[in-house]
Amino acid sequence: MGNASYFWNEVIMPVLSLTGYILLILIPLLLAVAYLTFVERKVIAAMQLRLGPNVVGWFGLLQPFADGLKLLHKETIIPTRSNPILFLLAPLITFGLSLSAWAVIPFSPGCVISNINVGILYLFAISSLGVYGIIIAGWASNSKYPFLGALRSAAQMVSYEVSIGLVIITVLLSVGSLNLSEIVTAQEKVWFIIPHLPMAVIFIISALAETNRAPFDLPEAEAELVSGYNVEYSSMTFALFFLGEYANMILMSAMGSILFLGGWLPPFNFAPFTWIPGIVWFALKISFLLFIFLWVRATFPRYRYDQLMRLGWKVFLPFSLAWVVLTASFLVIFNLLPGK
Amino acid sequence: MINMTAFLFYVFSIVLLSAAVFVVSSRNTVHGVLFLILAFFNAAGLFILAHAEFLAMMLIIVYVGAVAVLFLFVVMMLNIQIGEIQFVIRRYSLIGSFVGVILAIELVLMLVNWHTSPGAFDLTVAPIDLQKGIPNTQALGNLLYTHYALIFQAAGLILLIAMVGAIVLTLRHREGVRRQIVGDQFAREVKDCVQLVDIPRTSKG
Repeated sequence: MGNASYFWNEVIMPVLSLTGYILLILIPLLLAVAYLTFVERKVIAAMQLRLGPNVVGWFGLLQPFADGLKLLHKETIIPTRSNPILFLLAPLITFGLSLSAWAVIPFSPGCVISNINVGILYLFAISSLGVYGIIIAGWASNSKYPFLGALRSAAQMVSYEVSIGLVIITVLLSVGSLNLSEIVTAQEKVWFIIPHLPMAVIFIISALAETNRAPFDLPEAEAELVSGYNVEYSSMTFALFFLGEYANMILMSAMGSILFLGGWLPPFNFAPFTWIPGIVWFALKISFLLFIFLWVRATFPRYRYDQLMRLGWKVFLPFSLAWVVLTASFLVIFNLLPGK
Repeated sequence: MINMTAFLFYVFSIVLLSAAVFVVSSRNTVHGVLFLILAFFNAAGLFILAHAEFLAMMLIIVYVGAVAVLFLFVVMMLNIQIGEIQFVIRRYSLIGSFVGVILAIELVLMLVNWHTSPGAFDLTVAPIDLQKGIPNTQALGNLLYTHYALIFQAAGLILLIAMVGAIVLTLRHREGVRRQIVGDQFAREVKDCVQLVDIPRTSKG
């Protein structure tokens, strides 16, 4: 009897409550992903003087669900000479990774599933694993275009991780902790975008490259590679790649707003701004960064591959390394190192 | 009673060891690398059980996020036929088993004479007993940058030399390759490349 109640209290209850929390984050996240695809089409349409989707539902608001249903009822095709297990595993990896990173994102003070001490490293680790979904997809398809797309993407994502890592280091130097909640509370006086503006710019550009978005969408450059690593995918497997890509965009925006825009903090710490709850500010900041993603896509032409590599290794790497040294020296000289 | 930590330890260890066996035994090299990644993940899980969360994250970022990607990159480009592997296995089976037997004997000899020093257990429980109650990352930082700063610098220098060596070995300047020089492109102006020429009219058009 004692044993059973122990089992109930120590194993079943935590698992149930954890599942509840996870659903509480995942369902809004998936809705946000669905509406991000809709907003993307609307924003780009507005920038190109078109109307965008406006037929399904009021203002086309039901369009994402119509698209999802259409994808669901199509046939899942597995190419004959492919490696079926890895072929099906790849979209699952992409989608699963893009969701699992949300475990450490703090939405408002104390509102986080897992407040771990190495939160930012966990985020960095998860975002660096994203390349596996793509590279496995490219190899398992056993087809030329997906393979070329996957190789491009592997090189691209490994290169831009380096500059993202250095950006994270500069922020960590100014915070003195790897905990995401502490990174946000360290910005109560001033958001890091003001002292670290060049790093914020580098972070956004690297985030574009890391999520394979325009103008760095070389892995799926339709002009040369048909559609890159996901050529052979159809139906639900394709939908998982698509959802994963958009969830990654939201994740990168959340990371950007935590690192540079003060997470849940209001822009000014007095009356009308502090009435609005922190989670609303966080959502607004994420939406702003997402708008930049879409804006860039509608504005810039695609980079050439060698230019992309040059930008990553010869421009961003030396510059962000210099900025790390500069920040560290500044903090030491003026005796501002956190934790002293 | 279920001891959750012990249960997780055995799960991670069993998966880690079986993944390691599959790394060396799988015929398809790509599968081998993927099993290696699985092994890395379980090793990271073991680190987390030992409250070494910084090492766990570093293992995933460095080994899974970068090193294994490059492995996969290389292995995917190779086009190895299964028959070729069998030929190689048959060719080296004699010398391979000889080396294996020697290694096994050495391992057994070492395990027979294994003595644990009396203070070793305390060291594994609290390797850094000078600062208690601080995060793992901070303790590691203190250790690396304060107590072993010189050794850390030396390690960095060795890595730098290795990097320079790798670049020197592979750097090759080929003649006749036209590279984009961005500075030159920006330095170009209209007056350098476009000029209006007055061509005298020779005949009535």
